[in-house]
Amino acid sequence: MKPKLFALPLAVAAVVVALVTWAAQSPQMPTALPVAAGRTPTTEGADETVAKLNQTFAANWEAEGISPAQAADELQMLRRLSLSLHGTIPSLEEVRQFEADEDPDKIKRWTDRMLADTRFGDYFAERLARSFVGVEGGAFIIYRRDRFVDWLSDELNANRPYDELVRQMMTEEGLWTGKPATNFVTSTINENKVDENKLTARCVRAFLGQRIDCAQCHDHPFDVWTQKQFEGLAAHFGQTQFSAVGVENETREKNEETDKEEAVEYVVEDRETLEKRVVAPVVPFGEEWLPKSGSRRDRLAGWITHPENRRFERAIVCRVWGYMFGKSSSYLIGQPYEPDPPVDDLPPPGELSEPDMLDLLGADFREHGYDLKRLIQVITASRPFLLDSTHSADVDGADPTRVDQLIAQGAVFPLTRLRPEQVIGAMIQTGSIKTIDQNSHLVVRFLRFVSENNFVKEYGDLGEDELMEHPGTLPQALLRMNGDFGGNILTASPFTASGRIVSSAGSDEACLDACFLVGLSRRPTFDEKEQLLPLLKDTKDDARKHVVEDIYWSMFNSPEFSWNH
Amino acid sequence: MESLSRLPMFSRRDVLQTFAGLGLSFALPGMDLLAANKRGKERQKSFILLWLAGGPSQLETWDPHPGTKIGGPSKAIATKNPKLKISDLYPRMAEQIDTMSVIRSMVSKEGDHERGAYFLKTGFRPAPALVHPSVGAILTHELPVPGLEIPNHISLGNGPSPARGGYLGAKYDAFKVFDPGLNLQNLESGTDDKKRQKRRLSNLNVISSSFRLGRQLQVKRTLHQQTIDRARLMMSSEQLDALVIKEEPQKIRDAYGDSNFGRGCLVARRLVETGVRAIEVTLPGFDSHASNYGSHVESAKSLDPAFSALINDLKTRDLLDSTVVLCIGEFGRTPKINPLGGRDHWPSGFSCVVGGGGIKGGLVIGETDPTGKEIEPTDPIEVNQLYATIFKTMGVDITQETITPIGRPMKFCDGKPIERLLV
Repeated sequence: MKPKLFALPLAVAAVVVALVTWAAQSPQMPTALPVAAGRTPTTEGADETVAKLNQTFAANWEAEGISPAQAADELQMLRRLSLSLHGTIPSLEEVRQFEADEDPDKIKRWTDRMLADTRFGDYFAERLARSFVGVEGGAFIIYRRDRFVDWLSDELNANRPYDELVRQMMTEEGLWTGKPATNFVTSTINENKVDENKLTARCVRAFLGQRIDCAQCHDHPFDVWTQKQFEGLAAHFGQTQFSAVGVENETREKNEETDKEEAVEYVVEDRETLEKRVVAPVVPFGEEWLPKSGSRRDRLAGWITHPENRRFERAIVCRVWGYMFGKSSSYLIGQPYEPDPPVDDLPPPGELSEPDMLDLLGADFREHGYDLKRLIQVITASRPFLLDSTHSADVDGADPTRVDQLIAQGAVFPLTRLRPEQVIGAMIQTGSIKTIDQNSHLVVRFLRFVSENNFVKEYGDLGEDELMEHPGTLPQALLRMNGDFGGNILTASPFTASGRIVSSAGSDEACLDACFLVGLSRRPTFDEKEQLLPLLKDTKDDARKHVVEDIYWSMFNSPEFSWNH
Repeated sequence: MESLSRLPMFSRRDVLQTFAGLGLSFALPGMDLLAANKRGKERQKSFILLWLAGGPSQLETWDPHPGTKIGGPSKAIATKNPKLKISDLYPRMAEQIDTMSVIRSMVSKEGDHERGAYFLKTGFRPAPALVHPSVGAILTHELPVPGLEIPNHISLGNGPSPARGGYLGAKYDAFKVFDPGLNLQNLESGTDDKKRQKRRLSNLNVISSSFRLGRQLQVKRTLHQQTIDRARLMMSSEQLDALVIKEEPQKIRDAYGDSNFGRGCLVARRLVETGVRAIEVTLPGFDSHASNYGSHVESAKSLDPAFSALINDLKTRDLLDSTVVLCIGEFGRTPKINPLGGRDHWPSGFSCVVGGGGIKGGLVIGETDPTGKEIEPTDPIEVNQLYATIFKTMGVDITQETITPIGRPMKFCDGKPIERLLV
């Protein structure tokens, strides 16, 4: 039954991935990147923003008496960028190209190249979709998460302005298939009704970086939000309905009892008295940003994305920063003693001491066309992203508060656990010398999709709160150690990278180098060579294969493989 | 009050270190044989959830209304409990069900699979900003088992909504075994060659050492090494035998039935014997929007032998008094039969079977309307009342509050126990 179905695609996936990539390795075949045609980010003023960011960090380090980590090694930067922008690690092919590239501004150029690759949209869409529509399956047929993510991916690759994207999600009318953005609304449908509360909580969290959810049932216990404010916001979705023709705005409908046409109002039932009352659409602040015309939804979308509504830009810059580092920034959010401050519960504008870097990044983002790619370029060019994850203070017997401080202040790149998709992406990539991307096309992408879903099922999904710290779990360790999936990839055969390394790498040193570059994007250290080279010495055939397979196994199970660094 | 998150950094580290300490408890000798061999009141209690995924029809299981407009082809048969008749699809359960109680008046407000399963597994309706832990996760969090080398919360079979740790953390997610009794899934090493296993581990050591340079504390905090050590300990633990059924006499295996669910129930009994606290066994396939009767006939072929053999087996081994068994799904099915011969979702007036572990047997609670007109059953029982009863008999204090990661204090259960169900 199901369990067999579950194991089979993993095995088939590994074999076919290997077969197809191997077969695709004709030397005549150009390795052109599948590039997305879309808006190219403007570079105007970007250097100044980066310089201001860097100054602020540096001034703070000095004030706190912290010396930042060294700059990270270039190959490690390549791995870091590849994991955060494509959800996988660089292939040996990419590593070789990268090493051969001797032109200046290498990291910057490779960042641009990765942003132009359609794998960026695919991966980032899945990440952003978590905050937009969650991870649940939702209502059958009328909610198509896959269509939503595909749409988002195309829009990200085209680099559509983010405010436009948000307005489209919030206001789109039509069918969930033909107008995929409507799935933002249909994702909340429960028992054939659009859930205004869920939509409101989502919008406020994802787009404004505030958690107002608790106010759905009661005034927020330790924040300023009141239930009245929540209801006023939710009333903007009070006329959002869906039928066979899809999501639409319904302002009048027939009252079945009186048979008369009436205006559609947002009615809530009081939790205490069970009385019903009509709630008018109101916003909790910034009434002047509310557009005068349009449907209720249009007006709310206009208010949320209004250029003066700084929460809008602060929320997304904070979230994208979190995606790039694998965790939220205590420093940016102004909570230096909080290791994982949530990215959707931000301090309101004006509360942080100056210079407020959420405003700095936010303004740069807004003034240059709500450009997500530019935002990523700015973040990846900033000093904290370029730092190493090792630090001279993090030695045996290190002072934990000191290390915490380094992480919180962005003075060392933090270790963060890779997401399941990143782990599987990385494992699949180690099975191949060539880059697995859209050039490897449909079959491979489909199998990657199937195995990814199965793997995620066993590995465990992080859900929506993915930027919180999660230690690895026992099933994950067992899956990496003993799972069929990893087992198939590490088996040395003519179709796998490990097999090809055995047959064509040449000397023991070259063989070991290739293994490490494929798996860990670096060369072995002195100690590693000391221990591993003797294992390869004078081996051939099966004995050599086994040594390489065992090195692969050790790499898969090392903390270095499953923690971003 | 216990705090799980939102602590200043130092105490959070302490919490992590405590977790690491918990990891070390795995290095203790295996569970005290005496404890495992204890019976009756002396023995620690376990919980088995038989999860009927998709929403089983009450009318084709424990609450038949034969000969009525809503009854469908199901007939009712007498059971050893003179007050109770059940569907004739369950002749073997008719012999065993007298030690259990039947609630025919479960009420919920969630008629969607995902939301219903969430509610029925956690006792809370889906809420914004918070993921509640399932009952099994709470039990393992509150009642750890010293000396246990295998997970204390295990999900057997392949269902859409395995029990989760929710705000207690992924550590309390059920450990999933998709093919119970058939193979050990990822618990068996990829290579049998002892020399190669040793080589792999020693390679891992040198690679990990290079990574630790300049990252000592950061790497330590990943708990990566502890997790691998725990995994290895588990792989070599004799307690893993609980997941293997080939040593079981053929007669016993036949009694449970040669199905994924049957093997799951047999493994569940073995896990209870080993000392595992919370186990769920999933039987999917109850979402009978079309041909409801036919699909319930099929499901009963797995459920009837497995459930009855499990009760009988627990009784024979004197484990029923220390093991709560609950059989339930996310909701019931409509009294009305639709044009496709199916029944749709029905969250009010559905049935469950519960007993063992200090829960009184022989009771039949609530009645549903045989005409199907009355939606509310008599004597309605809320989900949180059912779980409050189970927590009480298991010895978990539900009046205390836990601080969740969003800083909101929560009780593990907000219902009151059903006193008449408690021995």
